[in-house]
Amino acid sequence: MFESLSQRLSETVNRLRGRGRLTEENIRETLREVRIALLEADVALPVVKALIERVKVRAVGQEVLKSLSPGQALVKVVSDELTTLMGAANTELNLAAQPPAIVLMAGLQGAGKTTTVGKLARFLKERKKKRVMVVSCDVYRPAAIEQLRTLAAQVDVSFFPSEAGQDPVAIAKAAVAAARREVIDVLLVDTAGRLHVDEAMMGEIKALHGALDPIETLFVVDSMTGQDAANVAKAFADALPLTGVVLTKTDGDARGGAALSVRYITGRPIKFLGAGEKSDALEPFHPDRVAQRILGMGDVLSLVEEVERKVDQEKAQKLAEKVIKGKRFDLNDMRDQLEQMSNMGGLAGLMDKLPGMSSIPDSVKSKVNDNELKRMVAIIGSMTKKERRHPDLLNGSRKARVARGSGTQPADVNRLLKQFMQMEKMMSKLSKGGSKGLLRQMRGAMKGMGGMGGMMPPR
Amino acid sequence: MLKFWKKKPAEPATAESPAADEHVDRTADPASAEVGSAIAETLAETAAPEPQAPDLEPEAEETAIVEAAREAEQHESQPARRSWRERLSGSGFAKSLTSLFVRHPKLDDDLLDELETSLITADVGVEASTNLVEDLRKRMHKREFADAGELLKALRNELVSLLKPVEKPLDVSTASPFVILTVGINGVGKTTTIGKLARRYTDEGRGVMLAAGDTFRAAAVEQLKTWGERNKVPVVSQGQDADSASVIFDALQAARSRGTQVLIADTAGRLHTQGGLMDELGKIARVMKKLDTAAPHEVLMVIDGTTGQNAISQLRQFRDTAGVTGLVVTKLDGTAKGGVMFALAREFGLPIRYVGLGETATDLRVFDAEAFVDGLLPASLGG
Repeated sequence: MFESLSQRLSETVNRLRGRGRLTEENIRETLREVRIALLEADVALPVVKALIERVKVRAVGQEVLKSLSPGQALVKVVSDELTTLMGAANTELNLAAQPPAIVLMAGLQGAGKTTTVGKLARFLKERKKKRVMVVSCDVYRPAAIEQLRTLAAQVDVSFFPSEAGQDPVAIAKAAVAAARREVIDVLLVDTAGRLHVDEAMMGEIKALHGALDPIETLFVVDSMTGQDAANVAKAFADALPLTGVVLTKTDGDARGGAALSVRYITGRPIKFLGAGEKSDALEPFHPDRVAQRILGMGDVLSLVEEVERKVDQEKAQKLAEKVIKGKRFDLNDMRDQLEQMSNMGGLAGLMDKLPGMSSIPDSVKSKVNDNELKRMVAIIGSMTKKERRHPDLLNGSRKARVARGSGTQPADVNRLLKQFMQMEKMMSKLSKGGSKGLLRQMRGAMKGMGGMGGMMPPR
Repeated sequence: MLKFWKKKPAEPATAESPAADEHVDRTADPASAEVGSAIAETLAETAAPEPQAPDLEPEAEETAIVEAAREAEQHESQPARRSWRERLSGSGFAKSLTSLFVRHPKLDDDLLDELETSLITADVGVEASTNLVEDLRKRMHKREFADAGELLKALRNELVSLLKPVEKPLDVSTASPFVILTVGINGVGKTTTIGKLARRYTDEGRGVMLAAGDTFRAAAVEQLKTWGERNKVPVVSQGQDADSASVIFDALQAARSRGTQVLIADTAGRLHTQGGLMDELGKIARVMKKLDTAAPHEVLMVIDGTTGQNAISQLRQFRDTAGVTGLVVTKLDGTAKGGVMFALAREFGLPIRYVGLGETATDLRVFDAEAFVDGLLPASLGG
């Protein structure tokens, strides 16, 4: 879910190429873009302002290292600041209390509290080998208690029954007593969703907290929340001594700005991510890894550059030798190239590493697979050796045979030959350009190859 | 992968239903006998001032008290009707705007910058906010505004004109049964909205039936049944491991044979990024068409009002796969005021049918662009 944020940021910093020193002048435009990128990712405005201010202070006047482009230098500063904001390492659930260790859940309606309790119960039971009991203090929403009962049965943990007519605090107290009797290690207390502006309900959860004295009070928040995440987080943090945050629905395509906002406002670590429908879809949150994912643009960029360099040089070298020997670029060479592309993870694999891909809808992305590559290799494979060396030989009937042999249409064969012709044309220019020009040409060729899938962005 | 969830549900009604041809929930059946008298009762009530129009008028509170009495079981402590302004005045957007105009009587670029900030903080979106403010800036430089108050008025008009085109109430009288399919991501309030809609339509004197199409989430069927009991409307269900499309198909058959006027079908919440689950919605619609080619008459997407810019992506996916025809925006009684509605209206132009302004059944209101915008702006200018 964090990809689009990183992509947006990487785009903006790319414009900062070729400047020797970061000044207030030359980073202003970029910082404005960074600001918009963060806002569009739903990071709350106060958080964005604070972040930008800190980046500005640190960036201005900084010498750009020789190894870095100015854009990368700024990214590094933004990256450092965001990493600081997100925290350094995963913070585990603190269960160091006299059993039962009580975990209280709080959050708005529909944030995913009950689902999270189910997932957390399974997590604690299976991975931490704890005896877990769950109890619902949601006496308001119809069938909320029933929902938790079903979840508890599914993940096979004890369920303390409660009823809609009861007082939440009384339920909680009875559950603690029962947990003690049954020698339970961890008691997970689910609560009703409540609005942070609802004084009566906020009073109720304060009372619950007072009665339970939980070792962990987890604030559950929907990762798709907008600017309001800041208000909500603040209100809950003011009312309750939160110890951690659970970010839910992270398997969607939200940009996850709420994660930053909540982390910044509450100052509490994000401990878990809810990332799917199944009860095992709960991941411990590793801020360092996520920060890298959000801000790994420097890494992404260098990775892409590296990939490009690798592809270009290997191919260029081989081809250069060929060109030097005065031989023609033929379909065998083309097939080698296609295969090399598949070896690098194919189009889809390459795409994943490229920034800018997150702007392409998933529906389109899913269509990009390596079938096209494979089909092209198959077409070439269906030709005779002679045909591969001398593509001019391919007349109508030969094309029809090749199409049959490779399970494609003659039109596909024609398209391949057209692409081959374009590449050949470029190859014939290569000898004039020297090795540098060769590289450049090859990059162009790669772009042409991308064109066949219609997918690779021009870089 | 869904198998994991398909444990036998605990409630006894579903254990019997596979055997019985009639899938209509038993608990609700006796209730349906009472529907007739309930309709008569509600007709008498709705003959009094039409419940929607007087939203902003104080008299509405009186009629509301009558209704409130019937909601004793719903933990209701205050009269059901409160004005939009009252509901929304606590919003961050309204607050920041009010404070803005208290602090800045001066008409200058700083004022506009702060205005832009307020809009962004309300989730209106960077692009939409910038466009709105730039337009105001141009007009300000042309000296169109005498003071800050006039500028705010112009902003109000702009905001209203953005939302006016999507203010199209849902007319459920065009077909019978009128089938409403509710869709949306997890936790936005689909089931709750259905409960409130059921209340609204029964209050209007229509025969309503609910279909428990959320066969996936634990106890979702139970939750819908509770709403059915509260509003005394029949709920068609098959329990938790059933096929959603089949439940809804059964419900449509039952609704047709009983002459029910409105059928509201629940579906499981699904993230818009999950292709397989999204395709299931298409299947539900296809299956319905076997009985009634016009069904579903309305695909109502429920959007959480606290959602940020992701709402755009959600709506795009749901519109493409499920053919959304109308929106309900819920949870607008907090500090989030659903500024993303402006972005949605701008981008998709799909009608916003209802908004959820609170917990009780009557807090689901017909969307009213002017009342909504007025509720967000300082009181001195609204109305």
